[in-house]
Amino acid sequence: MSDRAGSMQKLTYRDAVRDALRDALRKDDRVFLMGEDVGRYGGCFAVSKGLLDEFGPERVRDTPLSESGFVGAGIGAALGGMRPVVEVMTVNFSLLALDQIVNNAATYLHMSGGLFNVPIVIRMATGGGRQLAAQHSRSLEGWYAHIPGIRVLSPATVEDARGMLWTALEDPDPVLIFENAGLYNMEGLIPEDAGPVDIDYARVRRSGRDVTVISYSASLIKSLEAAEILSKEGIEAEVIDLRTLRPLDEKTFLQSVARTHRALIVDEGWRSGSISAEISARIMEGAFYELDGPVERLCSAEVPMPYAKHLEDAALPQVDKIVDMVRKMVGTNG
Amino acid sequence: MKTKSRGKKKPAALDRDHALHLLRSMIRIRSLEDKCAELYSAMKIRGFLHLYDGEEAVAVGVLEALTPEDAIVATYREHGHALIRGVSAGCILAEMYGKQEGCSRGRGGSMHLFDDRRRFYGGNAIVGGGLPIAVGLALADKMQNHSRVTCCFFGDGAVAEGEFHESMNLASLWKLPVLFVCENNLYAMGTALRYSESVTELTRKAAGYDVTAEAVDGMDVLAVEAAAKNAAAAVRAGEGPCFLECRTYRFRAHSMFDPELYRAKAEVEEWKKRCPIETFAQKLKNEGLLAEGDREAIEREAAREISEAVAFAEACTWEPLEDLTRFVMSERRTA
Amino acid sequence: MAEFRMPSLGSDMVEGTLLEWRVKPGDRVRRRDVIAVVDTDKAAIEIEVFEDGIVEVLLVQPGQKIPVGTVMAVIRTEGAGIPEAGTAGAVLPERPPVEAVPERPMAGEQVPPPAAPAPLQPSASAAAERIKASPYARRLATEHSVDLRILEGTGPQGSICAADVQRALEAAAQLPPEEAPGLSLAVLPPGVAEERRAPAPPVAEKPAAADAMRRAIAAAVTRSNREIPHYYLQTRIDMSRTLRWLEAENLKRSIKERLLPVVPLIKAVASALQDVPELNGYWIDDRHQPQEAVNIGFAISLRQGGLIAPAILGADLMSMDDLMEALRDLITRARTGRLRSSEMTDATITVTNLGDLGVETVYGVIYPPQVALVGFGKTTEQPWAENGMLGVRPVLTATLAADHRATDGRRGAQFLDALNRHLQEPSKL
Repeated sequence: MSDRAGSMQKLTYRDAVRDALRDALRKDDRVFLMGEDVGRYGGCFAVSKGLLDEFGPERVRDTPLSESGFVGAGIGAALGGMRPVVEVMTVNFSLLALDQIVNNAATYLHMSGGLFNVPIVIRMATGGGRQLAAQHSRSLEGWYAHIPGIRVLSPATVEDARGMLWTALEDPDPVLIFENAGLYNMEGLIPEDAGPVDIDYARVRRSGRDVTVISYSASLIKSLEAAEILSKEGIEAEVIDLRTLRPLDEKTFLQSVARTHRALIVDEGWRSGSISAEISARIMEGAFYELDGPVERLCSAEVPMPYAKHLEDAALPQVDKIVDMVRKMVGTNG
Repeated sequence: MKTKSRGKKKPAALDRDHALHLLRSMIRIRSLEDKCAELYSAMKIRGFLHLYDGEEAVAVGVLEALTPEDAIVATYREHGHALIRGVSAGCILAEMYGKQEGCSRGRGGSMHLFDDRRRFYGGNAIVGGGLPIAVGLALADKMQNHSRVTCCFFGDGAVAEGEFHESMNLASLWKLPVLFVCENNLYAMGTALRYSESVTELTRKAAGYDVTAEAVDGMDVLAVEAAAKNAAAAVRAGEGPCFLECRTYRFRAHSMFDPELYRAKAEVEEWKKRCPIETFAQKLKNEGLLAEGDREAIEREAAREISEAVAFAEACTWEPLEDLTRFVMSERRTA
Repeated sequence: MAEFRMPSLGSDMVEGTLLEWRVKPGDRVRRRDVIAVVDTDKAAIEIEVFEDGIVEVLLVQPGQKIPVGTVMAVIRTEGAGIPEAGTAGAVLPERPPVEAVPERPMAGEQVPPPAAPAPLQPSASAAAERIKASPYARRLATEHSVDLRILEGTGPQGSICAADVQRALEAAAQLPPEEAPGLSLAVLPPGVAEERRAPAPPVAEKPAAADAMRRAIAAAVTRSNREIPHYYLQTRIDMSRTLRWLEAENLKRSIKERLLPVVPLIKAVASALQDVPELNGYWIDDRHQPQEAVNIGFAISLRQGGLIAPAILGADLMSMDDLMEALRDLITRARTGRLRSSEMTDATITVTNLGDLGVETVYGVIYPPQVALVGFGKTTEQPWAENGMLGVRPVLTATLAADHRATDGRRGAQFLDALNRHLQEPSKL
């Protein structure tokens, strides 16, 4: 690590996504960015700021507020030989494009018996925690992970924000990338020459013997924070970053559960019918005899996100809740 | 308003071979559809089955305007389009049989015929869903400097969908080479246009997006062909999208069977008098282009094609169950 | 009207297979009669009835495997009228299985009589019957032959978790080598408050059964070691008088009726318990509960491996010949898997005799919740000084392992002293 310190760079998650976009636009003429306010505005979250100047309005293409239209156009462009990166401002608006994502992108390869793959990348911001109330605070990535035919990514680290995009663009199938808006300002240290990363496997972000905390995206950051607190109490949590919600890399978390015998899933989505439910079920199926206690979950409260801060804070998984839950899981057993 | 801005060019003098070709194409479609109905009743074909009887002039006329490089995005009533585009009747029927030699390996069925070599992009069964895809295909062509046309078929029901409006807007905004062909058969399933649209004159909707729009008699193959050629030429020339409304009628039920409570038998009979095949054949006869025995020969030839297609479909094989989860994600990971 | 249900012969028993009915409809039965033979996962067990009455109807056919609590027969009790129960087939329990363990004739037991079960919610009953243990704990327990029944759960909702199993394993690892499993132990824990009596397999018919027995033994010794503060006393006993007496007695008997040397030993234990009754009984619910009945569990090794300690019920009331007969019967039935459930559960003390295997001294592990175990080693000729004279005598080492919570060394010493005295006066036994 120390000998590489000189070649490390500190940058934000936002910068990392922008670098990834710039990199992709430079590397491949077929790549273009399309979405609401990606050009002149610079991106709702300033992710694409500056790209219009560098690549022009054809390749950094502002769209009307026509989510179904421009997502479908992205699918068509992908079918037509391009490598579109379609930015849907937030997951909330992606609901207007569900027909295109679910009925078209996810099914074309199959309906055509393997003839037409759709190499599109659809990025969107996700998550709550910014007092944006019910219609702008959804975490529906787990919902998308229900759909066969698409790949669902949730970069939680600067490294993944930088590296997942290119790999996604090289993938022949539709890839959805969910960027938690709360992470854009997060800083991280990555190598100057940080490049593509895999989009297939979960990662153990922190090793521990006492409990496996399975999470992704912003909840992963909270889980890691909780793990540090717990560590001071002698409880060592193993924290797993799912990274890819579909297809799920269950091997990584099943192996971890086999080591720790306890599992907690932290997910900003609602618990009913959620990715956390899916992971819990996979643990039952694949590691039942390793379990030394029930699989636990920390999810968002089942309410549309309230505006008031104290209510929103209470609705979301938080570090102290993770700490308490792990204490309960490990403590009562200790 | 750009509606009919270009005005109709008078169709060139009809050449006998071309005339017989158009007639043959329509009869091939009709024969295929008749056989489909029969096979459906015999339970060889299942699922939804939407037949094109009565609307043949639209597919035949429009496809005359396309080159092999152009792309087609069609609807779930697309057997005729696929057939005329060059997908063999055997592969189409095998698909409807659910056999792996079908054009979509039996994964799609009647509503999802695909053919990559013929740039036939389905077989889209969500009303309106194909329009944005056509926009995207055209966008790709434009960005890659291909002078190709993407021809997008949809029904009158689709104009009520947001995707229709979004697509008109995007295509017009970005001047994309899309030929939008509305097959207006007067009913969205069972709901007549007048019960669902505040403005039933569809060209006005396209015109609202500054898209060149024209309505044509969809029962007249020559009129459709002429209009489509005009429109396609404009699109190919980079003038942006065109909208062509073909006023037509389906003779059969929406899907295989429906009680047809929404329309009078007399209305159907009235439209049948305008059958695109019969009227065109009569015209050719009148003009001396259809000789004695020509029609019969065409019918025979079509019947043979279809019966061979049935034999082919019958002989085709079922995809092994082990393959069930194939074609969900690509088998090669690099695009 | 009383229902005869598939008993739970262990808290982990969830079903049983009826092997045989010993009665038919119309037969008069009396409490304690064996009326059925049931195969559990572990062994065939004879099942007693708890009612006096007439067999009204048999609802289950031999060969049927049915859940614990299923009504197997209806007994018309004295004074009862026409049965109400349907006769179409087995009636599944709609309330908690009647306390399925055979009657608990001794004082201090808290199990309600079978005929009058308290109506409980089925879920409550299920919760009461089932061991709550994490899947991982179960796996560990299986791998290391720990019986979950003896563990106390400290996990969520009182479940047994891996740490509980590991604690038990660590405790077991600290057993002195001479107390290694297989030496002197009784297998079957009589009822304890938090669980039902759990008969271990009287016969190991297949490897699985042998494993199960090994696990049951492991469970019992582990718990014993964990819970019971043992103290050990030992004494050497001059056996010359007893052996002479035995020789003379056996001369009077036919070969079949001859007494084995262990018989006077058991008899002497029963008699010594009259002198020190505190050693006869249980430690349950943090309370010493001496028992009146002297039911001596006698450790019998099985040919297939493992051992079992069924009780000679009322040993104190038996003559030497009765004892011999009871012992012979018990050994035969133990080795053919036909022990009665009460024999499996009601021992109040255990005797283990390893003398015939050449062992000199037995350090026993008490079988919970009993409070004492008497071990006998080999009788060997040893130099023996008496009244200032040195001679050679047949000498036996008797040991007492006792629960220090129930008694202390002084009472234990008095017991061994009494045992010695009785063996010096065999004719009075």
